[in-house]
Amino acid sequence: MKKDLFNNTYVGWMEQGPESNIVISSRVRLARNLQNMPFPQRLHEKTGLEIINLIKKAWQADDKFLLKDMDWLGFDQLSELDRTILMEKHLVSPGHAQSSKSYNGLLVNHDGSISIMINEEDHLRIQCLLPGLQVQECLQQANEVDDILEERLDIAFDEQRGYLTSCPTNVGTGMRASVMLHLPAIAITGQLNQLVHHINQLGMIVRGIYGEGSEATGNFFQLSNQITLGQMEHDIGSNLVAMTRQIVQQEQILRDNLNRHMRIQIEDRVGRAYGVLTNARMITSNEALTHLSDLRLGVDLGIIEDISLSVLNELMVAIRPAHLQRIAGSQMDALSRDVNRAKVIKEILQSGHNSVQTADE
Amino acid sequence: MNCEECNQRPATIHLTQMFNGKKEETHLCEHCAAKKGAMLFNTDEFSIPNLLGSFLGYQVNPSGAKGAQTAANICSSCGSCFADITKTGKLGCADCYNTFVQELEPTLRRIHGNSQHIGKIPARGGGKVLIKKQIEKLKEQLQEAVGGEKYELAAEIRDSIKNMEKELG
Repeated sequence: MKKDLFNNTYVGWMEQGPESNIVISSRVRLARNLQNMPFPQRLHEKTGLEIINLIKKAWQADDKFLLKDMDWLGFDQLSELDRTILMEKHLVSPGHAQSSKSYNGLLVNHDGSISIMINEEDHLRIQCLLPGLQVQECLQQANEVDDILEERLDIAFDEQRGYLTSCPTNVGTGMRASVMLHLPAIAITGQLNQLVHHINQLGMIVRGIYGEGSEATGNFFQLSNQITLGQMEHDIGSNLVAMTRQIVQQEQILRDNLNRHMRIQIEDRVGRAYGVLTNARMITSNEALTHLSDLRLGVDLGIIEDISLSVLNELMVAIRPAHLQRIAGSQMDALSRDVNRAKVIKEILQSGHNSVQTADE
Repeated sequence: MNCEECNQRPATIHLTQMFNGKKEETHLCEHCAAKKGAMLFNTDEFSIPNLLGSFLGYQVNPSGAKGAQTAANICSSCGSCFADITKTGKLGCADCYNTFVQELEPTLRRIHGNSQHIGKIPARGGGKVLIKKQIEKLKEQLQEAVGGEKYELAAEIRDSIKNMEKELG
C-alpha cells in the first residue's frame, strides 16, 4: 500500500462524489496536542520521538479497522521527492513536506482518506479527505479517529479554551473544515472578487489549492472556516456546507446561462483547451491548470464526453513536479519537466480509459 | 526631480517610510521602483505568523507598565517568553495559555469574536467538564419536568444531579 501511494497518482478524493462537478473534495482536520509536552516548534529530538512513540502505541493498541488500515511513514525514512508527492496529493501540508526530522511523520490509510500528520504545527493533525461535498461525513470520521486516540492519549484540553493548539487561530475545536471548489463560470463572468469579499466578511477564508499562500490557478479555490473557538463542530461544518451550497447554486446558474447564451464561445474555449492539452510538446503547470479548468467545464456541459471528472482530478496532481519526476524516474530541469508534463497529459487524455481504473487493480 | 537610483528618468514614485520614528523619503522612477519593489515590500512581512505576532504584540505595548510586566513573564513549563510568541505567532506549550492568559484574551476575542469553547469535550480527559455539562443539561430537564408538573420524573432527575455533584467532589 505504501508503494501505491508513491507510485500511483490516484487517491480516494479523486473519485466522484456529491456535487463533484463543482465541489472537488471536502476535508476536515482536527488539531490536537498531548498534555505536558512542548508544542512541535519547541521540540527537541528526544521529546519529539517520545511523542511519536506514545502516538504509535495508541494507534497500534486499537484493533478497529479505521486505525488498522493505516501505515506509518517516518519522514527521516522518506526522500524529499516522496514527501513532496504526499503534499501534492494533499495528504500533508507544504510546510510538513519540507521537514525530514526523525520526529516528523504521517499515519495514512490505504486511499488517503484518513491521515494524521505528526508533529507538524501541532502534535496531531487528524485529517479526513473525501470526494465531493461531504463535510459532515469528514467530521464524523475525523471525530471517530480522535475518540479512539483519546482513549489512550492525554490530550491538552481546557474547560474555557477547549483544545489547546500551537497557534491561537486554531484553539477551541481545533477544527478546520474546507472544500475545494472549481468556479470557472463565476470567474468568467467577473464575479469572483465580489464573492471573495463577501465570503471574508462572513468569517470564512478563500485560498488557492495548496492552502496558505498558494495561488488560485485554474479557478480552483479552497474555502474554509476561520473561527474555531466558540462554535460547535457540527455548526462549523453546516455553516461551511450552507455557504458551499450557495456558491454551487450560483456557479450552476451561471454555467446554465453560459451554456444557453454563449454555447459557441464556450465550445470554442473548451475545444482550444483540448487542442493545446493534446498537442503541446511542452507546457507549464499554470498553463496546464488553466486549460484543465476549461476542459472540466466542458465535461460538465457535455461538450466533451469521453473524459471523466475523476481523470481530470487525477491529472491535476499528475502534472505537479514531484509526480512528474516520479514517472520519469530522475531529477528534471524546468524544461524537461514541461516536456514530460505535456507527454503525461496527452497520454492520459488520449488513452480514453482513465488510469484511475488501472490504479485500482 | 530625477530618480534617486538611476538619476536619469524623472521620479514619479514618492515613498515615505518610517524608521524608528524617523521619516525617510525616497523618490524613484517607475523602472527603479519596480526593481526595488521586491525589497521594499518584502512579502514575508505579511505571512500569517508575522501578522498574528503583531496582533499579539499590539496588546502588550500600549498599556505601558502592566503590559511590560506581564510581557517579561516566562512560561515555567516550556520557557517561552511572550516576545517569543509575538515573534512566531505560536505558543510554546499548552501551559502558555495560562501563563499569558491576560495577553491572549483580547487576541482570542479578535480572532474568534469569542473566548469560550462550546464544542467537543474529550471523553476521558474532559472528566469534570463533561460531568458539569451533563449536570447543566439535567437541570434544564428538571425545570421542564417541574414546569410540566411531572414530579416523579423531576425527583429522578434531582437524584441523578445529586449523584453527579458528589462525583465532582
